[in-house]
Amino acid sequence: MTHTIDRREFLKLAGLGGAVLVSGWRSSAARAAATPDSDFYFVQLSDCHWGFEGPAQNPDATGTLKKAIASVNALSEPPDFIVFTGDLTHTTEDGQVRRKRMTEFRDIVKDLNVRNIKYMPGEHDASLDHGKAFKEFFGETHWTFDYKGVHFIAIDNVSDPGASIGEEQLAWLKSDLDRQPKDARIVVFTHRPLFDLYPQWDWATTDGAKAIEILQTRDNVTVFYGHIHQEHHFKTGAIEHHAAKGLMFALPAPGSQLKRTPVAWDPQVPYKGLGYREIEAEPREAKYAITELPVVKA
Amino acid sequence: MSTLPSLKRRALFGAIAASALAGVCGTVAVRSFADERVIPVRARKFTYEPDEIVLKLNEPAILEFTSADVVMGFNAPDFGVRATIIPGQTARVRVVPSKVGTFVFHCDVFCGDGHEDMDGTIRVEA
Repeated sequence: MTHTIDRREFLKLAGLGGAVLVSGWRSSAARAAATPDSDFYFVQLSDCHWGFEGPAQNPDATGTLKKAIASVNALSEPPDFIVFTGDLTHTTEDGQVRRKRMTEFRDIVKDLNVRNIKYMPGEHDASLDHGKAFKEFFGETHWTFDYKGVHFIAIDNVSDPGASIGEEQLAWLKSDLDRQPKDARIVVFTHRPLFDLYPQWDWATTDGAKAIEILQTRDNVTVFYGHIHQEHHFKTGAIEHHAAKGLMFALPAPGSQLKRTPVAWDPQVPYKGLGYREIEAEPREAKYAITELPVVKA
Repeated sequence: MSTLPSLKRRALFGAIAASALAGVCGTVAVRSFADERVIPVRARKFTYEPDEIVLKLNEPAILEFTSADVVMGFNAPDFGVRATIIPGQTARVRVVPSKVGTFVFHCDVFCGDGHEDMDGTIRVEA
């Protein structure tokens, strides 16, 4: 993809951008060459919780996702792809209702102008049936693909109700990484944090340390995840972990209160704490610039 | 990835790891003393009874869990203990509170619609 302007500059000028996290960004001229590892960008949407009902947390529960999709469609350039990092739907013990919610979710996201969409489950989608319904609608719960010099890996840490990745998937992960050179550009998607962000609120993966140990064998690994419904950035060794905002209700900062009670809707600032992000990838430098975007433009 | 083996692994791991960390006893073997306080806790969708457990500083206690319906978890990270609670079985953990305060515990096995509200507190008094 050839960029004729710097997208972040455009976002600033247009007043669209929230916080922008950038490191080692090069000039737009240098990014213009369309080589196999040329720059590109993708969008991360997370924790849509379609089917959630809670007016105190979100009185626009059926409208927020649609507004976010309209916002994505209005981006100045379409992203190369979009990834949903789990909790597409809100949990239900009724398998029929679960499938109804997944059907509705799938129909709603058909409005996205981008057709290259990647899905992964959250515990709300998959923990009660070990990912069965999710697979019927959206395919495998862990997968890989390569795009413009970056190797993408989705790790499923939710289909097990005990929040384990499991030895079988860990072996799959190791086998996959063994085929990658040590300096490969690796981007990992998960739903839960792989590290112990705040176990008191179940913000962890039971055997996440094993996955991190495997990932640490490679020089350039960055993790994008969801689950905690807020922006968060952390490093384990050389690995960066970036949590995304959700699209239904916000959750408090880790450890800021005794319990994980969702943040109340602020009628003065609708959709506060909700949003999505775009990620500009520069494979040659193994750099990723994150721009947080609101559900609706202020 | 099958769930039952995973849960079994977690139970075994929990018993071993917690024993090492905090003298905790799992479902396999319980090392406790006759005079230690035993606190029964019944888990059911989606609550613990009681959901507030009061302990005395430095006084060991055995938390004894049963489930009324489905597989549940008990996880108290501040005490370094967890247990898988399987219907028809009793799970036990031993805690020795070393700090005064109120600490949260939660179910760490996704158990249904109300799973995320299934939590409680341990209050440690001087």
